[in-house]
Amino acid sequence: MSEGLSVHNAQVSYGRRQIVHDLSLPTLPHGSLTALIGPNGAGKSTLLRAVAGLEKMQGVVRLGDLDLSAMSVAERARRVTYMPQNLPPGLSLSVMESVIAALRVANVEGIPLSSDACLREAFDALQRIGIAHLADQLLSTLSGGQRQLVSLAQLIARRPQVMLLDEPTSALDLNYQLKVMDCVRDLVREHNLIAVVVLHDINLAARFADHIAVLRQGRLYASGAADDVLNPLLFAEVYRVRARIERCSQHTVQVLVDGAF
Amino acid sequence: MTTQTLDLANATDGYRRLLARRAWLLGLLGTALVCAILVDLASGPSGMGLLALLDGILHPSHLSATDQVIIWNVRLPYALMAVLVGCALSLAGAEMQAILNNPLASPFTLGVSSAAALGASLVIVFPVTTLWVSANTAISLSAFIFAAASVFLLQAMSRLRGAGVESLVLFGIALVFSCNAVVALLQLVATEDVLQQLVFWTLGSVTRANWDKLGILALVVAVVLPFSFAAAPRLTLLRMGEDRAQSFGVDVKRLRFFSLLRISLLSATAVAFVGTIGFIGLVGPHIARILVGEDQRFLLPASALTGALLLSLSSIASKLIMPGVIVPVGIVTALVGVPIFVVLVFKRGRQL
Repeated sequence: MSEGLSVHNAQVSYGRRQIVHDLSLPTLPHGSLTALIGPNGAGKSTLLRAVAGLEKMQGVVRLGDLDLSAMSVAERARRVTYMPQNLPPGLSLSVMESVIAALRVANVEGIPLSSDACLREAFDALQRIGIAHLADQLLSTLSGGQRQLVSLAQLIARRPQVMLLDEPTSALDLNYQLKVMDCVRDLVREHNLIAVVVLHDINLAARFADHIAVLRQGRLYASGAADDVLNPLLFAEVYRVRARIERCSQHTVQVLVDGAF
Repeated sequence: MTTQTLDLANATDGYRRLLARRAWLLGLLGTALVCAILVDLASGPSGMGLLALLDGILHPSHLSATDQVIIWNVRLPYALMAVLVGCALSLAGAEMQAILNNPLASPFTLGVSSAAALGASLVIVFPVTTLWVSANTAISLSAFIFAAASVFLLQAMSRLRGAGVESLVLFGIALVFSCNAVVALLQLVATEDVLQQLVFWTLGSVTRANWDKLGILALVVAVVLPFSFAAAPRLTLLRMGEDRAQSFGVDVKRLRFFSLLRISLLSATAVAFVGTIGFIGLVGPHIARILVGEDQRFLLPASALTGALLLSLSSIASKLIMPGVIVPVGIVTALVGVPIFVVLVFKRGRQL
């Protein structure tokens, strides 16, 4: 059986409206970061939520030999974590408390629930994200970017095999967009995780993702490495814009958009 | 490595200090509550002081029959009823605010109290008397059935596809207005003395307390509390977002269902026995949140204590406003609760 996360014939509907049509993703190996891109309404977030088990779907999601789609919410949550777009502002919870809350709520394999162990695990997660100095701060006093890092710490504290992130950078300034994505990529490499990230910014996707999956109207339009996938035809067909793909002096792929059709 | 362990020690200390401060605040609330209960017991139109009252409880032979009646039928049941009702309403409000993710949710604002008033009014206007249910029991029973039904109606609404938290709150407001309209209609057609009964019932008052009601309410609170506290960690996570909670393995639907069940038991029993008492279920959790924060392990007990304290203080005030008269405590909570609520809204602004 193949290692990694794979999606076979996923179909998701809201009522009668079908959002994701018979979509399959190639196996995403451990230690890789995949970006899901596509225009609004392409079904990126819906697909991600379905893989996380938040939407009813037809089709099969496998992690190695395991059929995730047949698992209970709690079972799936031990292996797969999902990060919504943002952590609500204004909660008077300390950063430490919020991470401990994520650990306490359901037993995560290999982490005992004693308060000492929880504290150590939570602190360890904060340290890996590089925000240990915020441990005593209240969530209500943090910036949007800092809250996003706390959100990541909650995820990583649960020692998942798969991280699903829904537009983690959408409300952030440039500095935190890079910080959050750097952090995600480092976690993926260090812990051999599988990350699937919905991104709007194609340059961020090209810069951080090992693999890009492009969705259009609920179907997989293209998938592969940034170099192979991104081309002017794709931008014309999927996004309806004129675009050039250039390499900057540091050899990163840059998408330059010239105008809309 | 040394700096790292030092950091861990720092963070651990910080966290423990936070927990200690919250536990200490809970203790403070408890102490304040005990003081309030004692003052509540010691105040009343008969002018019997606390010492005489305690003496009377310990040595019944020292007391006249009138004083016995005052202690056992008036002072004690009123004071304890205020504590239990405050505790029940505020805990229900705190859970409601958590599961609906809405700071304006409370048994009063979402129509549970209004539904109870409607149930009671119907039985007052069209008395049901059978062999095994007295008129007063029938009123409480009907109020309970209507209150519980309103929570389950809210529950059914929340299960409808596409019904978000906002629509649930709007539905609650609609429920308040429709119930109030029907109660107003009943008042219009009621005879003079029935009208007086109706008005008195809609003004919540602890003077309806007796030992049977106290026993039932105490039992409900005692049964619900452990389940409520056991759900606290999951509720904390729910406050950080429904998707987050669910993706971390919380069965959100199940959590909501059982939480609503607890809310309906608490608020319906409380309202059925004492009538409409507004704002405790709204203001209690807010004050508790300012004191101990959002961690529901502390917020739920703190809400229960704050609610009990607020209603106990209101009960004292209800005896002092007009000398010789016990003003219905529902009027006091509305008078005091509204300004407190407005202050809270302005102080916390968007963070509410």
